[in-house]
This record gives sequence, structure tokens and C-alpha cells, in this order.
Amino acid sequence: MKRIVSLKINGRTVEDVIPDNLLLIDFLRDRQALTGAKKGCDGGECGACTVLVDGRPRLSCITLTAKCGGADIETIEGQAQNGRLSALQRAFHENLGAQCGFCTPGMIIAAEGLLRENPDPDVNDIKAALGGNLCRCTGYVKIIKSVQAAAAEATQ
Amino acid sequence: MTEAMPQFQLIEPSTVDEAVAALQDAPGAVLCAGGTDLVVQLRQGLSDPGTLVNLSGVAALSTVEETNKGLRVGAGVTLAEIAGMEAVANGYPAVAKAAQSVAGPSHREVATLGGNLCLDTRCVYFNQSHWWRKSNSFCLKNRGDICHVAPKGNRCRAAFSGDMAPALMVHGAEIEIAGANGVRRIALADFYHEDGAEHINLEPCEIVVAAHLPPPGPTSDYEKIRVRGSIDFPLAGVAVACNKLDDGTAQFTVAVTGTNSKPLLVELPGDLNAEEPNDAFFATLEKQVQKAVSPQRTTTIAPHYRRLSVSALTVRLAEGLL
Ligand SMILES: Cc1cc2nc3c(=O)[nH]c(=O)nc-3n(C[C@H](O)[C@H](O)[C@H](O)COP(=O)(O)OP(=O)(O)OC[C@H]3O[C@@H](n4cnc5c(N)ncnc54)[C@H](O)[C@@H]3O)c2cc1C
Ligand code: FES
Ligand code: FES
Repeated sequence: MKRIVSLKINGRTVEDVIPDNLLLIDFLRDRQALTGAKKGCDGGECGACTVLVDGRPRLSCITLTAKCGGADIETIEGQAQNGRLSALQRAFHENLGAQCGFCTPGMIIAAEGLLRENPDPDVNDIKAALGGNLCRCTGYVKIIKSVQAAAAEATQ
Repeated sequence: MTEAMPQFQLIEPSTVDEAVAALQDAPGAVLCAGGTDLVVQLRQGLSDPGTLVNLSGVAALSTVEETNKGLRVGAGVTLAEIAGMEAVANGYPAVAKAAQSVAGPSHREVATLGGNLCLDTRCVYFNQSHWWRKSNSFCLKNRGDICHVAPKGNRCRAAFSGDMAPALMVHGAEIEIAGANGVRRIALADFYHEDGAEHINLEPCEIVVAAHLPPPGPTSDYEKIRVRGSIDFPLAGVAVACNKLDDGTAQFTVAVTGTNSKPLLVELPGDLNAEEPNDAFFATLEKQVQKAVSPQRTTTIAPHYRRLSVSALTVRLAEGLL
């Protein structure tokens, strides 16, 4: 019921002995001390736990770590490079896309997944990509504006 | 809200035969595909199988084949893939639309066709945490003796709430099942029966391998009502297919989900003839759907509202397909 997994987290190879039933969110938060991904609903309904697995957004609260062997996992902690915030992080900061901030790591990661696939999304693309992410503070308007701002910066 | 994850062993077969053998080796073992429903159930103490058989590594399940016999979609193909496939969007629009309407975008990345067709039935008294259900003396579907939805009845009324089944059914899909005794193929409609506690006809150690769609013919559409527009199970959903004949006759096929313990092919009043006034036909169609469905108090939304919505949606889709 235990196994060794080897996977990449934010570009760094990590190897660990894990039980088969370990959820990815618990692996990241409790074992890797990467507490950026949040447990909101803890049941696949809110998106606060979203991380990228091989470049695609995944809900880490309903993902088994044992199924991620060899995968490339990116969390909010890996978005800033060389001390510089990512375009989305900066845009969320500058456009008040974050209030309490609880949903923000999930929002930014889901948006990152979108922009990598579609660098020039329209409002409906953004709404669809963030459809699984709940925010209880902002009312979403500024979140959408933040993603638009990041996309505009990248396509300039 | 959720419990600690139960202990289990994750077995990782790489072929269908190995998966069937793994099920035989560990009685009570449960299949795990995308896990988007199963893991939630495990966390709620609704399932504690001891062994999970992971289907993600079974490459044969992830294939799609287009031939002159139609389209064969492997059970392991994800809903995001199905929603994005041109052959599906062009030949079977309801199927593409249903796939696109399941859960949220990150679920669809991993959620599979097989998991959706074998999705457990749902109910407000069932999809709850262990302590919630315990304080309500459990229910007929899980550890208890009575169905809180219909306490005088003798069966579980939990509602089938998968989106893909009705869309495939209106296109006459069949389902391919592998087991210890080989492979069998049945009409998808015959895969289900009206009992919330045992709604799919899968023998022990059997696996759904693929869905077969006949060559494209009718046009089709799918629509559902839900609480959260961007990410939710259908309170009621309906797929309509329309076959237009040369003489102007329109033949409709209708299947609904979310209203019964199985996805339901609705018996229709006949075809819409070119001479017949459309209004009269659609009024009869609406009544027929209302009569056929049997929504219960399995969601927080009233059964009557779901009955009226699903019949109104049927007519809206049918009119749109004319
Ligand atoms: C927030 C949320 C919203 C959701 N909204 C919707 C929705 O709108 N519509 C909808 O239909 N679903 C919805 N779902 C449920 C689920 O995400 C989908 O039904 C999904 O398609 C299930 O597929 P899966 O591969 O993840 O299945 P799993 O969770 O892996 O499995 C589901 C069930 O199918 C069985 N199974 C899986 N594969 C096979 C196979 N090949 N043969 C036999 N049995 C098999 C499993 O043993 C299990 O019992 C939602 C889930 C969540 C968490
Ligand atoms: S914590 Fe994972 S979706 Fe809410
Ligand atoms: S900023 Fe508070 S939940 Fe989104």
C-alpha cells in the first residue's frame, strides 16, 4: 500500500515514499510544505486546490498522488521566476484580482493553464476556463480583468 | 465536511485482461478511471473497497476509431477530448454538448466516458458526509433500511445524473463490456435499470470498454438545468435527435437524465408529418415527456419544477432541430 513516487514539482525532481491513498493536495501541503494550493471545499467543487499537472489544470483535492508518478507539477509557488512575479500574478495584484486571496492561487493556476493554450482569450474563454473556480470576495469582474490584462501584456 | 481517506491498494493494470484479472483477485475491488466522482465518494465514506484498480494506464481504453460502421470511443477517453473531437461535433452534436456540460474544465481533463456512463446515482440523502448520513440513520442505498425520499417504497429512488448517457442513447449507441468470459455488446439503453441502488447491469469483474455510435445520421442537441451554471450535475437533462425524411417527416428520439434512477428513452407519440401543425405535435410531445419522467425529492429543487423544465427543454430542442 506504499510506493515510491518520483515527480517534478516546480521544476525540481522529488522522490518520496507515499501511501497509495495520499491525495495530491496533502502531498503538496503537508509533505512538500507548498501551502499555496488551498483546501476550500475539499471535494472537487471550488477550484482553490488547482495545480498544473503536465501543463493542464487539475484539482489536487481529488487527485491521487500515486497516479502522478513521472508527472510535471506546477503550483503557485513556482510561478514567480528569479524573484519576478509571473504576468498573471502581477496582473492580479495590479487589478485587485485578489481580495482575501484564498481562491487566488487556484484562479491564477487555472488562468495560467488557459493562457498557455490560448494566449489571446476572449471574455467567454476566460469565464469558461475559470468556471470551476469559486471566489467569495471579488464578484469575478476584477479577476476577469486581471486575466485580460495579463493576456494583453503577453501578446503586446 | 469530508472524512480521512480510507486505506486502499492501488493496482495498475496495463491491459483490459489484467484489469479483469485484478478485479477477480480482489473481491470488492473498485475501478478508478478519472476518479472525479469516486474519490469524492471515498472521502465521504460512501465506498471503502480496499483495492482500487486504476484504469488510467490501460492504453487500449483511450482509443477512438472512426470506420464505416461508425465511431468507437474507448471508455478511457476523457470528456475534454470528446468535447473537442470534430467527428463528434459534426456527427453527434448532442454528445459533444453533453461532454462539454459535465462538471468544470479541470474535471473534464481527467473525467472519462466510462466513468460517466457508470456514474453512481445521486441523492440529497446519499451524497453527504458520513456523520450527516449517520445522524439520519443512513438510507437504503448505503447501510440503512429506508429510502428517505420515498419511505413507503421498496427501492432506492436516487437519480441517475450523468450527462453522456442520454446523448449517446438518442444516437442509438451500444456499449462494449469485457469480463472473464470475453466481450459482450448491448444497447446502451439496456445497460441501465430503474433502481437507484443498483442501476447498471454490470456483472462482477466486468469493465466497460467502449461505446459504439452508428454512422452519423440524425442531427441532435443536449440541454440541462443545474444549480451552478458552470459546474454542476443535471437537475434534469435532455438529449433530442431529429431525423428528417425526404417527404418532410421529422422523426424524433428523446432521452432524459436526472429525473429517474436510469437515463430514460422516452416513448414518443409518433413522427411529425409535414401536414401536421407543429404546435399540436409539440404540445403532445411536452405532455408525453411529463408523463414519462419521474423526478423525486432527490435534489433541493422541487420535482415538479424539474418535470416542467425537462419537458419544456425537450420542445425547445426539438423545435430548434426542425
Ligand atoms: C463538482 C463536480 C461536478 C460534477 N458535475 C457533473 C456533471 O455535471 N455531469 C456529470 O455527468 N457528472 C458530473 N460530475 C461527476 C464526474 O466528474 C463525471 O461523471 C465523470 O465523467 C466521471 O468520470 P471519471 O472517469 O472521473 O469516473 P470515476 O470517478 O473514476 O468513476 C466513476 C464510477 O464509474 C466506475 N467506472 C469508471 N470507469 C469504468 C469502466 N471503464 N467500467 C466500469 N466502471 C467504471 C467507477 O468504479 C466508479 O464507480 C461532477 C463531479 C464533481 C466533483
Ligand atoms: S478544494 Fe479542491 S476543488 Fe475545492
Ligand atoms: S479573493 Fe477571497 S475568495 Fe476570492
